[in-house]
Amino acid sequence: MIKVLLFAQLQEEAKTDVIEIDFQEGTVAELKNMLQSQFKLSQLSESMIAINEAYALEQDMVRNGDTVAIIPPVSGG
Amino acid sequence: MPSKHFEIVKNPIDINAIIQKVEDRNAGAITTFIGTVRELTGDKRTIYLEYQAYKPMAEKMLEQVGQEIGEKWSGTHVAITHRIGSLNISDIAVVIAVSSPHRKPAYQANEYAIERIKQIVPIWKKEQWEDGAAWIGDQLENVPYPTGKPEINGGDQDD
Repeated sequence: MIKVLLFAQLQEEAKTDVIEIDFQEGTVAELKNMLQSQFKLSQLSESMIAINEAYALEQDMVRNGDTVAIIPPVSGG
Repeated sequence: MPSKHFEIVKNPIDINAIIQKVEDRNAGAITTFIGTVRELTGDKRTIYLEYQAYKPMAEKMLEQVGQEIGEKWSGTHVAITHRIGSLNISDIAVVIAVSSPHRKPAYQANEYAIERIKQIVPIWKKEQWEDGAAWIGDQLENVPYPTGKPEINGGDQDD
């Protein structure tokens, strides 16, 4: 299982701040495809992914037990 | 316990406490940036803002901003506190303090800090207007991530 954390608009759309999904091992791109088909989240294509609190690239690996955050465009300050 | 130089908080920010974190006998300047909640954006009237953060990662990324500044301007000290939750007009959302032996790096590093916060720190704001609400993706009205991703390794900010 991996935990997928949602924020801002994505959190409101999904009506939850965390999704647990069965995902053994794959790239960030593969995970995004899976999330897109299962949850129809908007903004996924323009969001960054963080694995265990560090920004990740499309080809980085996500593994069982990881915490993945979907980071839509930020707006702090 | 040493004070935390990079922090996400829920309560009002004490500006002096942030300044004290960067005080240094070798400092000749301390610059502060105080980001406040604005009422009018164009013709839209904001009633209040709601800030949300991915707190553990946001604090790490603030720390990264501090590290980048240390590499670019030696002798500087940085402290950044960002508030989350519901903020009213004129409330303080963020305080950045930078001390440096000389004033120019203190100004430059401070501006760099706020620009980097807007690029890489996972904090979001929702604007509540009189007639609706929306999560703001990019208040600078630029393309969110022109290269498809944020510059996470310290982009060149000289332009």
